[in-house]
Amino acid sequence: MRHGNDGREGTGVNAVAQTGHRRLAVGRMAGDRRRVWPWRRTTLAALAVAACAAPFVLEPYRVFQLTMVLVYGIALLGLNLVVGHGGRVSLGHGAFLAIGAYIAAVMTGRLGVPYPLALPVAALVTFGLGLALGRPALRLSGPYLAVVTFVIAAVVPPVIKRFGTVTGGSMGLPVPVPSAPSWTGLAEDQWLYLLVLAVAAAAFAAARNLLESRAGRALTAVRENPHAAEILGVRPGSHRALAFGWSAMYAGVAGTLYAWVVGFVSPDSFTVTLSIVLLAAVVIGGPGSLAGPLLGAVFVTFVPAAAQRAGDALPGIVSGLLIIVVVCFAPTGLAGLLRMAAGGVARRLGRG
Amino acid sequence: MAGLLLQIVQGLSLGAVYAGLALALVLVHRFNGIVNFAQGELAMLSAYVAWQLLDAGLPFWAALPITLAVSVVGGMLVERSIIRRVEGDRELAPVAVTVGLMVFVNAAAGLVWSFAVRSFPNPFPAALSFGSAQSGFSALGVLGVVAVMMLLLHVFFRHTGAGLLMRAVAADPVAARLSGVRVGRVLGLGWGMASAVGAIAGILVAPLLFLEPNMMGGVLVYAFAAAVVGGFRDPVAAVVAGLGLGVAETLAGTYVAFVGADLKVIVPLLVIVVVLMLRRGPAGTAGQR
Repeated sequence: MRHGNDGREGTGVNAVAQTGHRRLAVGRMAGDRRRVWPWRRTTLAALAVAACAAPFVLEPYRVFQLTMVLVYGIALLGLNLVVGHGGRVSLGHGAFLAIGAYIAAVMTGRLGVPYPLALPVAALVTFGLGLALGRPALRLSGPYLAVVTFVIAAVVPPVIKRFGTVTGGSMGLPVPVPSAPSWTGLAEDQWLYLLVLAVAAAAFAAARNLLESRAGRALTAVRENPHAAEILGVRPGSHRALAFGWSAMYAGVAGTLYAWVVGFVSPDSFTVTLSIVLLAAVVIGGPGSLAGPLLGAVFVTFVPAAAQRAGDALPGIVSGLLIIVVVCFAPTGLAGLLRMAAGGVARRLGRG
Repeated sequence: MAGLLLQIVQGLSLGAVYAGLALALVLVHRFNGIVNFAQGELAMLSAYVAWQLLDAGLPFWAALPITLAVSVVGGMLVERSIIRRVEGDRELAPVAVTVGLMVFVNAAAGLVWSFAVRSFPNPFPAALSFGSAQSGFSALGVLGVVAVMMLLLHVFFRHTGAGLLMRAVAADPVAARLSGVRVGRVLGLGWGMASAVGAIAGILVAPLLFLEPNMMGGVLVYAFAAAVVGGFRDPVAAVVAGLGLGVAETLAGTYVAFVGADLKVIVPLLVIVVVLMLRRGPAGTAGQR
């Protein structure tokens, strides 16, 4: 069988990358860490200024869309830890999003707890769940993990509907939208955006630090060659389980933010389709990179909605085709293409 | 008592459909080592092809072989054009590609045939319609078709030259290639056969569930569970598990108050979890890697 040999006899780009006969062009390989863009800090600062200024310049609907980009971005940062950096496929992260969202809805809507408390609770609960599930789940070989998580994602809406006394059943639950403290003088959508932006910035920094740390390098080592990593003293099991826990936490936090932003949760928001969309976004954005999740989030927020205007079937056709094309022809996704473009621009400017 | 019997018969006919799709999943996995998330949607597409032919006025038993031929060719084309690029790749690429295919085929069917629900004619005569006998009759028909399909596959793999070549490739692609087997063609044929088997499942389930682009979403979950019982390798175990799942789901939905109609879908999840926990060694766990 093809997967008998550790599933590692990669073709094409992967094979070259493994044997190392040829130095690949920038952006052709996931996890490529070569610096290609010399003006990193300037660009990041410009992006930060733009992100902070956006709610005061754009109209409320655009602000809402940008907020959703950030919410998806947080969830995708988490999923990317498992898919991109861990090399395992989860089709069930929509379940963690649902848990985070329902924790926010039940705590603030039903129990009347002040809304900021929901965030740490959701983070802790999903982190614990992810850690507990990660150990047995990641022992599953190859496609079994994808199958199990897919089935878990399929079970989420019926379970939410079944326990309607807590969750509001198929009618869903309204969530009180966090309002800005009066001293800020901000509108509701601006306050939400800044709140989500702060969480997203923290999440991004945490993910970056995690990946630059010993644990992050261990995770990469385990992905590239579990046996070699183990010989070097890295425990594949614990590192992967920890990554799964972190990634579940990111999804849970994103779920809570989602509930705040949308102001309503219902089982139909957390179907298998959500988990598929998340995986698609990671793949299209670029697995194993830090910019990938954000690019993927921009993709899921804008492209299906734009395609929807041309017909009900169009979002599925566009997303499905794009996944296939990206996997087959640009496995590093949008982030890889961006790196290639950035490298080209930098080289040209350097010469000129 | 008659109620229970009716439930069991209905469960068996649903189970036969799960078994058919699980069989297709096992076929693909044995040849490519890929779990095909798009298997259900390809089956749905075949059911639409059959519906189109029936709508054009063809009799059912003429439309069936045409549909199967279309499915075989379609499956081979998909394998050749898309799947070939990710075969032998690591975990992410095959899963992502088949998931992308699932999304695409679902939407494409919606584009061509709209998302409206259509009724699909039941191929089995409902002449004996006293009480529960009608559903019993078509359930027997569904079971019979799946049994015949398994028998044909068995004869093909055990007693024909082409079947021998295909088994050689499934056992060891490299050795088969060295002894002159055109491995690529065999892999394509494996996909084609899996699509045909899936097509039969799709055509059988269409009269039970009504024809619509999303009809296979639920069926796929059960087929996954059945295939997991067979370790994605054992066709007989997968078929038996499919039948059992159909019965268990129907009975649990009716007689276990906690489960009810809503929570039936928890049955396959439980089956998967229990099977993976009980199984030690090769198929499910990382011990193999």
